[in-house]
Amino acid sequence: MSMFGWDKVGEHMYLVLMASLFAALIGLILGICCYLFKPARNPIMWLVDVLQTVPALATLGLIMILFGPTKTTVIIGLTLYSLLPIVRNTYVGLENIDPGIKEAAVGMGMTEMQQLIKVEVPLAFPMIFTGIRIAIVNSIGTAVFGAFVGGGGLGSVINRAIMIQDMDTLMKVTLILMLMAVIFDYGMGYIEKRLNQDQGMATAGSSA
Amino acid sequence: MIVYENVTKKYGDVTVVDNLSLTIDDGEFLVLIGPSGCGKTTTLKMLNRLIKYDEGNIYIDDSNIKEINPVELRRNIGYVIQQIGLFPNMTIEQNISVVPSLLKWSKEKQHKRVRELLEIADLSYEENAHKYPRELSGGQQQRIGVLRAIAAGPPVVLMDEPFGALDPITRDILQDELKALNKKLHKTIIFVTHDMGEAVKMADRIVFMNEGKVLQAASPEEMLENPAHPMISRFMGKLSYSRSGNDLICADVMRLKVLTVPETKKTLECIELMKQREIDSVIVVDKNNKYKGRANIEDIMEHGKPGEPIIKMVKLDTPSVMVNTNAKDAFDHLIATNIDYLAVLNRDKTVAGIITKTSMTKSLASVVWGDDNDYND
Ligand SMILES: Nc1ncnc2c1ncn2[C@@H]1O[C@H](COP(=O)(O)OP(=O)(O)OP(=O)(O)O)[C@@H](O)[C@H]1O
Ligand SMILES: [Mg+2]
Repeated sequence: MSMFGWDKVGEHMYLVLMASLFAALIGLILGICCYLFKPARNPIMWLVDVLQTVPALATLGLIMILFGPTKTTVIIGLTLYSLLPIVRNTYVGLENIDPGIKEAAVGMGMTEMQQLIKVEVPLAFPMIFTGIRIAIVNSIGTAVFGAFVGGGGLGSVINRAIMIQDMDTLMKVTLILMLMAVIFDYGMGYIEKRLNQDQGMATAGSSA
Repeated sequence: MIVYENVTKKYGDVTVVDNLSLTIDDGEFLVLIGPSGCGKTTTLKMLNRLIKYDEGNIYIDDSNIKEINPVELRRNIGYVIQQIGLFPNMTIEQNISVVPSLLKWSKEKQHKRVRELLEIADLSYEENAHKYPRELSGGQQQRIGVLRAIAAGPPVVLMDEPFGALDPITRDILQDELKALNKKLHKTIIFVTHDMGEAVKMADRIVFMNEGKVLQAASPEEMLENPAHPMISRFMGKLSYSRSGNDLICADVMRLKVLTVPETKKTLECIELMKQREIDSVIVVDKNNKYKGRANIEDIMEHGKPGEPIIKMVKLDTPSVMVNTNAKDAFDHLIATNIDYLAVLNRDKTVAGIITKTSMTKSLASVVWGDDNDYND
């Protein structure tokens, strides 16, 4: 007899997707900041790097002090944890755009905002999308820790299964987690390939 | 009318445009030519304020460009670059109407203009307007690059080696088209090239620059007949003048494609790179692209640590020559030291090329047996 329902899978996905949505928004903004204001780059990169280096459980514990054992805590934790790949890829994507294209954008008389919106962000998008994919796939695993701070998701099922040594459920949950990760990885990987084909030479940055 | 008045541009203590004064008439096709690094691109880009200048003034129709908002200024000056620089995320139609849309033309007006321009360039609207740049050939892309530059009807168009990356046949066709186009449109065009053939073909007036100064400004005929400087004669070389071995300089005999690596690159990466290219040393430059020295694969293999920056491995006493060094001196040097190549440096210590025994032999052969060898690679 199995002791979890599909609602737990749904809950897990909800945590992951909400967190990724916030991480995408915040990460995009931070990545653009790094690109536009060079002095901000190192502090921002350092910060998101540190956020990911601290063990997830510790971060979640700290946030729980503020928000209690809730889904909010888990979503905030996962968001912070997901920033690094998105910020990094946004920055690298923008930085690596062919200098000829950037020069054309300035030379045509675009303002900095227009360069960003009309040319640079669209061209960096495949790279940014990769960052989001990495963030989502990581979060699927990390969200398991959410159970420790009362956030629910598949982590709670695993906890209980371990406690009562229900190997059958443990196997199933593990399989489902793997399956979720693989589906997102391949699904988004496929979209990524299409995006890259569409843009072709877009980010043919110059090398040494 | 465009007036450059005592304009000077420096990078650090290197003067790249030196007290330049130049007047360009309305409707004139002016070609800037000269050796690599002489300041052509800088001269061009100061006009649309892509590059700031330190001294002097530039006027377009009596208004000082410093007093015009750079964004406004650029929307009124067409700009074509060698890398073409079409926006890959936009269709051909969107690319052409970039400036009109920045200028907030109505949709119908933009659309009408795109049709009109494609027609002028003999490209079918139906076939091309909705394609993306990558679906066109290089020549077609640069045609679009030119159309994009003139779309909003700017009176002045800047072109920096627009056809430099195209094959000779396509280049010839596009030159003809541009000439024909300008017969109709009468734009003021400032056109940079380092191909004297192209300059002679296109220009009303050629301005020959060297080291940031104008050596001669004259009509193509005048310049062909009375070159004011041996260097100009050398540029005319292929067209009129026969060279002798004695006045070859390093710039004439060097290979242009060289692999340089920044000094901070890790030794391990450098080894990978050398293996890929099947070479056994690299030229190391600092962050300003200035020459630091060479690093050999053997030294790296023997003493290098994978994570170390390559600069640790550089031999600082590796010999180099300047672009204007006499080629014979470089040759003697090459033979005497028995190294495999010499780095050739520009005035500002950036790497211009290398001279190998092969490149030297080929260029000497071209002097002796004629100029069929494409030694500049
Ligand atoms: N950002 C920069 N910092 C320092 N030096 C620069 C910079 N940009 C250009 N230079 C130097 O200024 C000089 C003139 O450059 P410019 O690009 O105008 O030459 P050019 O005549 O267009 O040469 P080419 O034919 O190779 O395009 C060169 O020596 C170049 O190395
Ligand atoms: Mg140039």
